[in-house]
Amino acid sequence: MSTSVQPGRARSGKAARGRRRGRPDRKAWAFLGPFLALYLFAMVVPVLYAVYQSMLKVERSGPMGLGEPSVGFAGFENYSLALHQETFVEGFGRVLLFGIVQVPVMLVLALVLALLLDQVSHRWAGLLRATYFLPYGIPGVIATILWGFLYVPGVSPVTSVLGDLGFQPDFLGYDNVLWSVANIVVWQFAGYNMLIIIAQLKAVPQELYEAARIDGAGPWQTALRIKLPLVRPALVLTTVFSIIGTMQLFAEPLVLKKVAPAVTTDYTPNLSAYFDAFANANLYLAAAKSVILAVVAMVLSFGFLSLVTRKQRSER
Amino acid sequence: MSATGTRTTTTGTAVAGSPPAAPAPRPRRAPRPGRILLVAVLTAAALYFLLPVYWLLVAATKSNDSLYGSFGLWFDDPRLWDNLSRVFSYDGHVYLRWTLNSLLYAGVGAVLATLLSAAAGFALAKYRFAGREAVFTFVLAGVLLPSTALALPLYLMFSKLELTNTYWGVLIPSVVSPFGVYLCRIYAEAAVPDTLLEAARVDGAGEGRIFFSLVLRIMTPALVTVFLFQFVHIWNNYFLPLVMLSDDRKYPITLGLVTWQQAADRVPELTQYTIGGAFVSVVPLAVAMLVLQRFWQTGLTEGSVKE
Repeated sequence: MSTSVQPGRARSGKAARGRRRGRPDRKAWAFLGPFLALYLFAMVVPVLYAVYQSMLKVERSGPMGLGEPSVGFAGFENYSLALHQETFVEGFGRVLLFGIVQVPVMLVLALVLALLLDQVSHRWAGLLRATYFLPYGIPGVIATILWGFLYVPGVSPVTSVLGDLGFQPDFLGYDNVLWSVANIVVWQFAGYNMLIIIAQLKAVPQELYEAARIDGAGPWQTALRIKLPLVRPALVLTTVFSIIGTMQLFAEPLVLKKVAPAVTTDYTPNLSAYFDAFANANLYLAAAKSVILAVVAMVLSFGFLSLVTRKQRSER
Repeated sequence: MSATGTRTTTTGTAVAGSPPAAPAPRPRRAPRPGRILLVAVLTAAALYFLLPVYWLLVAATKSNDSLYGSFGLWFDDPRLWDNLSRVFSYDGHVYLRWTLNSLLYAGVGAVLATLLSAAAGFALAKYRFAGREAVFTFVLAGVLLPSTALALPLYLMFSKLELTNTYWGVLIPSVVSPFGVYLCRIYAEAAVPDTLLEAARVDGAGEGRIFFSLVLRIMTPALVTVFLFQFVHIWNNYFLPLVMLSDDRKYPITLGLVTWQQAADRVPELTQYTIGGAFVSVVPLAVAMLVLQRFWQTGLTEGSVKE
């Protein structure tokens, strides 16, 4: 403390009391406590419990396994069972394919919209931004119900208009339904990702754009050479969230399942685990599948993060 | 300094929600052909994003028959009021119940999540203690854990504790937001000055009082963001209530509407009720999105801006 504070302190007894207390840093745990306790209870322990459950199995004693069922240790049996289940592995392949196509399409759309909105007058930009962002507020299942109606021939104005034009699209057919799901996800999250990119653009000092303009850069050049590299951190963030989102794919295919027979109970890993737990009553196998899913999602997002940070470092 | 320059400093220091100091002039006008392309792309995108919502608006006014018999993008004998009153009265006003449940889960859950995240984020940003970075990394791992991969494990554990099919089963997991802690830490680091904390301590304020009367106020922009995020997250969540709840009186709207949609084979008028119910749930949210979207821009990239 500087000496200039000393006289003030001497006058105020309150301040002197304040000085005598213990180091405030000890209080950190009081602030952290409630969150950490609930974090452990509602995230960490359930995961550990699922890992434990995934190592169990139902054993039947007696001749031909007709005796009393009991729970025994299975080791990695459930994991090997899950990984040998062709439909489960196919589900992983499906969400990976989905992600490889859907994530770039969505992020490019978000990026293009963000950059274009930068070129529009203030009033219009605000209105359009809100319009693009609107679907984010609509729950995934409700969005799926809506798009479901737009996909089903008979109700859908889209198929009827396309039919008049001579197209016969089958949005819910075996080959297309995955991309119909992708469309729903793009519709929901493109505006949200756009907003993250816009926030990043706004954080860029305007002087930079001015300097570029003085140097004779047109809007296209400014967008490609200056804005694009600058929003890179936002793109990294949105990509990681999108990867996590892709792995979770659940509600959309489950709801579409009613109108699209091509969606099976193993369509995505999450669906597969859900149906194991609630339709086939095999909680232990479902637990193993959940753990596999969580591990794959974390490995993918960590992998992507370390990939971009390494590339970043080598560029410097 | 020019008007644009002033604007930079206000947004640059991330003062959320504050209007730009001056309406920024937009001098850059693209050349003509580029301009046409620009307008075309932006309009096409607007139509794409609005299409399902517009269809919903039209469909909500139709009878169950004209839903199938008339063109989907135009009105046919509108009867919105009649439809909506049926949505609300069907099955002993269950829809109203779902709405209240959704508000309870999302409202209470988001408030608690925000407070917990603020306290934890503040502690991680402003106190030096052993294990600080370890705790932060530990929490960050939670950000990368998919919430639906967690729903089944939660169900397994909660069923042992007999918390399934209770309000707690949905509420407790909803108040934990590792991403909220992350945002709050980043924001507190940048926005809460150490000198201010020092001064408050010198004046004799306890740490709790500093947090509730000073820090929370300074962190308001980030807290609004965390609250909105968590509110939307809980409101939109489907998997967790689906596995946790078996009593349809405890359902949130999302779960309720899907049960109506799935039952429409047996009870045909449920198709119209599903659409009407979706309409009722989407309209307030759509308005909220229009009003609140500017808050989303704050704090979102606080962390990613730093390289």
